[in-house]
Amino acid sequence: MESKTPSFVRGQMLPPQPPPTRESGVVKWLHENLFSSWLNGILTVVGLIILALIIKSALPWWLNGVWHASSLGECREIIAASAGEGATGACWAVIRERWHQFIFGFYPPALWWRPILAFGLLFVAIGPVLYAGQKRVLTYMIGGAFLGLLITLWLASAPAMVFVGLVVLLGGLAALAQTRPGALLWFTAAFPALCFLLLWGGSFWTPVMAMAGFAILAVVARLLAGRVGAPVAVGLGIVVAVIWWLYVSGPVAGTIGSVLPLGLEPVKSDQFGGFLLAIVIGVTAISCSLPVGILLALGRQSNMFIVKSLSVGFIEFIRGVPLITLLFTASLLLQYFLPPNTQFDIILRVIILVTFFAAAYLAEVIRGGLAALPRGQYEAADALGLDYWQAQRLIIMPQALKVSIPGIVSTFIGLFKDTTLVAFVGLMDPLKGVTQIVRADINWKGIYWEPYIYVGAIFFLICFGMSRYSMYLERKLKTDHR
Amino acid sequence: MSEAITRKVDRSHMQVSDEVAVQISRMNKWYGTFHVLRDIDMTVRRGERIVICGPSGSGKSTLIRCINRLEEHQSGQIVVDGTELTSDLKNIDKVRSEVGMVFQHFNLFPHLTILENCTLAPIWVRKIPKREAEETAMHFLRKVKIPEQANKYPGQLSGGQQQRVAIARSLCMKPRIMLFDEPTSALDPEMIKEVLDTMIELAEEGMTMLCVTHEMGFAQAVANRVVFMDQGQIVEQNEPKEFFSNPKSERTKLFLSQILGH
Repeated sequence: MESKTPSFVRGQMLPPQPPPTRESGVVKWLHENLFSSWLNGILTVVGLIILALIIKSALPWWLNGVWHASSLGECREIIAASAGEGATGACWAVIRERWHQFIFGFYPPALWWRPILAFGLLFVAIGPVLYAGQKRVLTYMIGGAFLGLLITLWLASAPAMVFVGLVVLLGGLAALAQTRPGALLWFTAAFPALCFLLLWGGSFWTPVMAMAGFAILAVVARLLAGRVGAPVAVGLGIVVAVIWWLYVSGPVAGTIGSVLPLGLEPVKSDQFGGFLLAIVIGVTAISCSLPVGILLALGRQSNMFIVKSLSVGFIEFIRGVPLITLLFTASLLLQYFLPPNTQFDIILRVIILVTFFAAAYLAEVIRGGLAALPRGQYEAADALGLDYWQAQRLIIMPQALKVSIPGIVSTFIGLFKDTTLVAFVGLMDPLKGVTQIVRADINWKGIYWEPYIYVGAIFFLICFGMSRYSMYLERKLKTDHR
Repeated sequence: MSEAITRKVDRSHMQVSDEVAVQISRMNKWYGTFHVLRDIDMTVRRGERIVICGPSGSGKSTLIRCINRLEEHQSGQIVVDGTELTSDLKNIDKVRSEVGMVFQHFNLFPHLTILENCTLAPIWVRKIPKREAEETAMHFLRKVKIPEQANKYPGQLSGGQQQRVAIARSLCMKPRIMLFDEPTSALDPEMIKEVLDTMIELAEEGMTMLCVTHEMGFAQAVANRVVFMDQGQIVEQNEPKEFFSNPKSERTKLFLSQILGH
């Protein structure tokens, strides 16, 4: 039996039509999201009841908060007097009285302007990295940093010279942002030395000579690159720079310092604390761990046996050990590996170990990004005659890093929160170190929630900011139009 | 098949000179223990247009990938433009900058615009100033008829357009030899023609070309030699007319009946 196929010819192509107008507005939203079925309706109601109970029990505590008191006992009296016997209430007075310890630790109050200035300039320094070439954003960042610094420095009663310097510096940088925004990266490069000088003080020449090590590295690498090839030249440059840092830079800085004594009043590492400490460790470790992580990820994929096994060994060892173990290593063991009598700052040691820790994780995150790239990308780069480092820098890494942005930022956020673990090697992190000191005060004994809420809120703000930036970056770099 | 070629091919500039462009002698390659290429002997003269065909797995892609060392051969000799391919990185880079390659899946760089795709290698490998590289790139983009797409990203283009960009990207390095690795296999039928047209134009200008392709119409219209491979060996080679009308080996006959049979 044969089925009959009806013959059909369309005479006219159908024009596109608008979609049907659906019901809209609040009612539709409620129906779709909260009451789409009986079960969902019941769950919605139960959820609302639970929410109401939580708010009912917690709200008085927030509403009865006391800001002006000199001790927890006084707080309680005020709450009892205003809200009746047995009422609960927050005692924010502790934050009002001790906020500076959460922020600065025991940094001398007369010198608070120095970390404030360093923090403000940090934004100016990371601007060119985060928003490369975007004149408007850069100008806004410089302007914002200027206004913020003006107010906070005035509140911290900084010396008049600082304001003059600030106007000159930021004015110059703002002008540079208009004409050659790329050149702002030089400020970024110089910022670590400036930041070190502001935070720790001491001789002006110490950070300058430390930076000179990088200049020496660059010069040696460039001079030798023609003769022995770029990787070997960079390696030799690093060796020379390390020798410079360990044996030469100190005496040179000392000699120049005795002729030209420039500098700021020194502050010791054990006076650092609170968010000052967390941000110093966090920002330094974040900016150092990314390049180390990239190199480790490449090393792990390398064909060269020794490079590969060293990278794998490093990654697996560091990832296999708790961070606290590494921190103890930093505070105790690292001294043994260094030449005798090297005075190696505890914060610096902690930064190095935290950097390694984050770099090992980053290496694996970036390896995931590398694995996501099709082989054709490597082949196309090879076929065009790009060498290994050119291919990595121009083709592979931009794509692999883009894929790994969420993982990389997660690692960074984790790293920043992990800086609180330095409490275990005796540094005053904001969460345990400072809070313990505050609670040890006879006036504030027994206070519990308020310091943690305060510290938690600041951590949340910073981490949320990083997360939003990563989303911005993903949107900006989205070019595949899938 | 041959319906993709609709225009007359201008043969006035297609001249084969005596100069040797690629010399392959007794070349062998293994993947692990699998013998992919067996005793390959082949001489490509400047100006030749060679089409390499054969069943899948016959080693034809591997052969042309050996010519720019995307694959390493284990014995025998490959000399490209007077430079022998060994593990010496300098020689490899030299050969790669002289030999252009077009891939089945285009392999454009998705994070760069079309123009940046075309200027990247000239700027970084040939060290040509950016302005000049952009002018060259626009010249070749006009040639493959998509100058208006220069500032778009590869993901915004159709397959045929992407493949033409890939050809332009290779040409920007001013190569003396072009390798095509199944350039139309990943394309919709409508787009095959535009890519083949571009390749024909290139042949008309006298470019030395090695094409792995199943487009027998292209082979008949443009090639001066067809090479048939099977099981890692060159089974038969001849000029296209002879090859298609009078194949000598049984394998070739079988292959041709399978792909031309319908």
